Amino acid sequence: MLYKKPQIQYYPYIVQRDDNKCVRCLGCVEQCSYDATFYDEELDVLWNKHEACVGCKRCEAMCPTDALKIVPNPSRPIEHASWKWDLVMDAYLQANTGSIIITGIGNDKPYRIYFDHLVIDACQVTNPSIDPLREPMELRTFLGRKGQKIEITESENGKIALKTRLAPQLELETPIMFSAMSYGSINLNFQESMARAAVELGTYWNTGEGGLHKKLYPYAGRGIVQVASGRFGVSRDYLKAAAAVEIKIGQGAKPGIGGHLPGEKVNADIAETRMIPPGSDAISPAPHHDIYSIEDLKQLVYAIKEATRYEKPVFVKIAAVHNVAAIASGIARAGADVIVVDGFRGGTGATPKSVRDHVGIPIEVAIAAVDRRLRQEGIRNEVSIVATGGIRSSADVIKIIALGADAAYIATVAMLAIGCTLCQTCNTGRCAWGITTNDPRLARRQNPDIASEQLYNLVKGWSHEMKEMLGAMGINSIESLKGNRLRLRSIGLTEKENEILGVLPAGE
Amino acid sequence: MKKVIIVEDYCIACYNCEVACVATHSRSEDPVKAYKREGLRGRTNAVVEVESPLAFSSMCRHCKHPWCMDACISGAIQRLDNGIVYLDEERCVGCWGCVVGCPYGAAHPNLAGKDKHAFKCDLCIKRLDAGLNPACVEACPNKALLYDETIEREEVHT
Repeated sequence: MLYKKPQIQYYPYIVQRDDNKCVRCLGCVEQCSYDATFYDEELDVLWNKHEACVGCKRCEAMCPTDALKIVPNPSRPIEHASWKWDLVMDAYLQANTGSIIITGIGNDKPYRIYFDHLVIDACQVTNPSIDPLREPMELRTFLGRKGQKIEITESENGKIALKTRLAPQLELETPIMFSAMSYGSINLNFQESMARAAVELGTYWNTGEGGLHKKLYPYAGRGIVQVASGRFGVSRDYLKAAAAVEIKIGQGAKPGIGGHLPGEKVNADIAETRMIPPGSDAISPAPHHDIYSIEDLKQLVYAIKEATRYEKPVFVKIAAVHNVAAIASGIARAGADVIVVDGFRGGTGATPKSVRDHVGIPIEVAIAAVDRRLRQEGIRNEVSIVATGGIRSSADVIKIIALGADAAYIATVAMLAIGCTLCQTCNTGRCAWGITTNDPRLARRQNPDIASEQLYNLVKGWSHEMKEMLGAMGINSIESLKGNRLRLRSIGLTEKENEILGVLPAGE
Repeated sequence: MKKVIIVEDYCIACYNCEVACVATHSRSEDPVKAYKREGLRGRTNAVVEVESPLAFSSMCRHCKHPWCMDACISGAIQRLDNGIVYLDEERCVGCWGCVVGCPYGAAHPNLAGKDKHAFKCDLCIKRLDAGLNPACVEACPNKALLYDETIEREEVHT
């Protein structure tokens, strides 16, 4: 049939091929996992089905002669201030399918990004700045319950010993960790890369809710294992192997929504790791069916603490929602050692677009609110706060720490480091970059030898930059920046926004 | 001896090794000119074999006891002092003995051009002399081809 429906005919991207440069090596045909490129042997021509292109730019990146360019289709739906082209396309699509639109990555709507309205202080004349290349500069930080006070004993020969039994702590050489991405939503090569990079960097990686593959047990000492609503892969060995346990209540990209790994993606290896039958749907319910109150949460926190002999910090991860501060206070009182707050720009492997784009609040506001609330209640020392969901650069890490976080989790930017182009089709399981797929043909595109080095480089680079920024502020330790909002000024925010963030406007 | 090691776990079938091979062995050393002006399409010594999901790039193994050399009737194939099994295309008479003899399918008949001769990987002998890695190794984006020491096997085929 020659007629094509609008949502197909008004495709968003065009594959531009410079035929003068194309040598017909057919690399693009093999690289495209969306069947948008094919070779016509009869005509010796490479054709493109533009309507199948998702704009992941894999072919463009791999073309040895630079013959390909993926460009936005100038003829996609004409938009005006209210009707953006993607809204129009979504309407066309749903008119045909009657289904929920599923997408990946994080919120891409133009909400205000508070990071971009905050500027960092620096020393001039009256107080000296520090050169981190010549003077000590510490990014090391500890996550865990700090307690009210510590007591020490002094023996007769003057030796000082700690009397108070400290709560378990995680020692981070840099306040950047790799956020939860489960085996199943991503493949083992990428997870192994993160694990290797985390071990080398002296930070932590997170298994996500998909269990810990037996191949990754050697890296579990730097791993945080997740206990989510589906309880996939949770076992004695799993809890025992990890450095910390994270109870996942919510995720920034889909607050209030569970997860669903379709059965066709559950291969033998994933099934074994998740401890479910191969080919069965891995469904994470929206709530934990045993948690309907802070008291219930407390039971799970302490069940895990008992199971791990009070040797490991217990994290509780929630999505940033409207009354996040009150919820965080409850979590602190439920005995969690670390609260992870995931902002609405956080990514995911699959979520309804309507939820991704319209549910939750920004991480900057959430962290500021949580930190203030816990301080007001005098329990800020009882928990550490980890920020995630929308951390894009080293400056964002500095700003979020100044707003009250202890450390940050990164995930989307970690994927960028290994090639992700934010095409937002993680949910299809056909990621041409071999990141969010378990197709053996595609997963091999991530070589852990290369990917782990790239992740290492990213965090190493950020850490250097953070040291420089701290030095400029005249601070020689990241600990001195925590909650230090005086080191921030805002530009272009309203009085109320400044009040919520706890920052002064520039010039004041 | 250092050879090209094939890491089949990470070959992504991007064909960059093929293009690099053709370009390196062309007059212009430019991929577009090599394919389009010099007519060297298909003249690649590294051949990507794909049977999804498996893929790997295969080229001459530079055997210690090369069967292609045994099969060569004109003395065009020699084993050089550095271990490289070299095919002198000038001396090749196009009997295809090496093509049939190679158990790896690494010797290819040049059927396209006027000169009927065989061709095979020379381990980028010119690049090695200049201190560079073989072109296919350099071009591989996923470290699926490595240039490194290999364990010499006495008898590969019995």
